[in-house]
Amino acid sequence: MAQSNNTIKKILTVAFALCIVCSVIVSTAAVALRPMQQLNEELDRKTNILSVANLYEPGMDVEAAFREITPRVVDMRSGEYTDEFDPQTFDHFQAARDPATGRALSGDRDIAGLTRVENFATVYLVGDPDDPEQIILPIRGQGLWGLMRGYMSVEGNGNTIVGITYYEHSETPGLGAEVNNPRWQAQWEGKQIFADAESVTPAIRVARGSAANEHQVDGLSGATLTSNGVTNMLQFWLSPEGFGEYLARFRTGVEPGEAQEADVELEAEA
Amino acid sequence: MSAVTPKGVLTTPIFNNNPIALQVLGICSALAVTTSMSVSLVMSMAVIFVTAFSNLFVSLIRHHIPSSIRIIVQMTIIASLVIVVDQVLKAFAYEMSKQLSVFVGLIITNCIVMGRAEGFAMQNSPGLSFLDGIGNGLGYGFILMVVGFFRELFGSGSVFGFSVLHPVQDGGWYVPNGLMLLPPSAFFIIGLIIWALRSTHPEQVEANEFKMKENTKPKEAV
Repeated sequence: MAQSNNTIKKILTVAFALCIVCSVIVSTAAVALRPMQQLNEELDRKTNILSVANLYEPGMDVEAAFREITPRVVDMRSGEYTDEFDPQTFDHFQAARDPATGRALSGDRDIAGLTRVENFATVYLVGDPDDPEQIILPIRGQGLWGLMRGYMSVEGNGNTIVGITYYEHSETPGLGAEVNNPRWQAQWEGKQIFADAESVTPAIRVARGSAANEHQVDGLSGATLTSNGVTNMLQFWLSPEGFGEYLARFRTGVEPGEAQEADVELEAEA
Repeated sequence: MSAVTPKGVLTTPIFNNNPIALQVLGICSALAVTTSMSVSLVMSMAVIFVTAFSNLFVSLIRHHIPSSIRIIVQMTIIASLVIVVDQVLKAFAYEMSKQLSVFVGLIITNCIVMGRAEGFAMQNSPGLSFLDGIGNGLGYGFILMVVGFFRELFGSGSVFGFSVLHPVQDGGWYVPNGLMLLPPSAFFIIGLIIWALRSTHPEQVEANEFKMKENTKPKEAV
């Protein structure tokens, strides 16, 4: 029997039949479970948006809480809202690829390693859409091993950070993956993006070692390249190339002293 | 190894012929996924499923597998099952699948699965092979749960996420042992389990590969 199994004809037949059967099983599972997986990913994304705004509590109704948040599409070149796209269906990756809605980045401007970037982005507004308490911005950029995608939440003054989170990354567990460690993320709260009211270049960065001032957070030990990736993507997305123009709308006319008062008011409301 | 009976193949891998403790296979994933018990449990179930069904399918077609490509055939079956498990986890236990990340995919390279397909399923009937797969999965899962219990209890002060030793961060008294959350702690615990098992089952102790020379006095050595 062993002999007859080893003819070339038999080997090819067995290999071919096995491949057909296995591929049918695998593709059936992948296709049949795809809708549920997408639902989960969507829920996970919404959970991340809520948690970056400090609104998430375990066991809460994510869908209901998410209805309180207003998504708007922003034209990043002018900083104005646009009604050209439906915020529910706007796809950042699609927009970046399409020459009509995205642009290519040349080497020295492409600090976050994106190659192409979209001109429009969905932002999420917490509270009154005309005078939001928090603005949640999508950010992405290259880490050490691949693209990291996440959200950053900024207070209504366009300068004070509420939080940062990543919902998709492939960094090393225990080192770079510590970007999602709650203790590291907690440091971001209250950090200032810009050095002063006039500057358009963001000052916020991940420090090497310990944070020295209100524009820095502690580096992730053993994950310098991931830390650099986080710094680069913030430098990109908060600059005029990204959300700089949009954030400027919230920053104009706000003196540093007034900004502190605004903070106190926000806390009183909360 | 004991006689090949349905009860035998199901129970011997748990204590007498444990894939981790005696054969020292599948250590990599045992280090990686045992920081909490719920993750260990899901990983154990995934491995039980994969070993059981890969054994079953390999055994079903064992008379038709050409010996020259048998390893590839086994790998194809195992890989297909692992992808199915991964997809199911992503659909029904998304949070868990994020925590397990690559380690579900790495079940493909778990030597236990491959070892049972090659060592048992190629020679035995489908029913027995299926039970053997469950048994070995249970043996793997048993060690995972024990390691997970100690690591979660001393590393986070909880069992299955329920706080038992109240940790200092939440205003309690217990200072969590950070080492327990790092992979090396699993080495220590597995080592202690192997020691305990071999003390109660002396037949598991391997014969010395070489004999050490008896202790000599310093002046004789000079």
